[in-house]
Amino acid sequence: MPMTYWKVRPYVLTAGRTRTRQPLLVHTLVSVPYYDAVFASGLLPEARSLYEHARRARSVAELSAVCGMTLGVTRVVVDDLAATDRLQIHDDAHSLDFRLLERLRDGLRQLA
Amino acid sequence: MASASLPDNPLLTSAKIVIAGGFGVGKTTCVQSISEIPPINTEAWMTAASETVDRLDPGIDKTTTTVAMDFGRRTIGTDLVLYLFGTPGQPRFWPMWDDLCRGAVGALVLADTRQLAASFPAVNYFEQDSDVPFVVCVNLFDGVLHHPLEEVREALALAAGVPLIACDARDPQSVARALLAVVEHAMARNPRPTAGALAAH
Repeated sequence: MPMTYWKVRPYVLTAGRTRTRQPLLVHTLVSVPYYDAVFASGLLPEARSLYEHARRARSVAELSAVCGMTLGVTRVVVDDLAATDRLQIHDDAHSLDFRLLERLRDGLRQLA
Repeated sequence: MASASLPDNPLLTSAKIVIAGGFGVGKTTCVQSISEIPPINTEAWMTAASETVDRLDPGIDKTTTTVAMDFGRRTIGTDLVLYLFGTPGQPRFWPMWDDLCRGAVGALVLADTRQLAASFPAVNYFEQDSDVPFVVCVNLFDGVLHHPLEEVREALALAAGVPLIACDARDPQSVARALLAVVEHAMARNPRPTAGALAAH
């Protein structure tokens, strides 16, 4: 996997921000609801790379890996794009949600 | 067969199970067995930007810490994807453990009977520092259980409520059964809300 090397310190890209408006877990799924090439061309390279890679749904951790960005920076960039509805953050089924556990159990039974 | 990209479904949701245990107990093998993508071994750089909770000692000028993290993924049907995250290093040193475990359905703590002590820190973490339900699993490296599980339970000083199983991390079906045990344990810990409890909300 090609590594992206930082040309700027990470906090320049995030403008020093370390927190996001919503909790973004490592497995939270993100996708681009409607792709806009003009919008993409106006983004900073890091944000653009993330936007392009999220055209298919991916988790925050996958985006971090594929874009060569730290998890912290990835979260802030995702959060920024989601604030203007450029990215959709898929609902995290709550880990204690019984229906989720049932679906997971049934799916794993088929693999076992 | 599972494909490399996820279903194009706006309602797709994700769940996560954490694979923990000491160095060399088979975490990566376990993730690899069941993942539909090659496990992603990434150096997730923790910078000041990711230390929202546990900050490093302010007296130490250490802005980046490199943590090798690997994870895989398995699509379950058209609307659910399961992520498996292997834990890096030892829990005490990594705020990343808390980050990885947040929102997890459960954890599978792998143990190797030839080096049980390697998994003590992981067991301690889930017993004391985390609410995530966990199952301890002896990895059968050569397909043979060398010690009865009761002896392993004693050696790890596991509480009675913690399930102890065995699996072969190289075998996808065996890993699926181990993950199933984690999910069932999580379900037992969080029983289906009764009609009365729902009405109360």
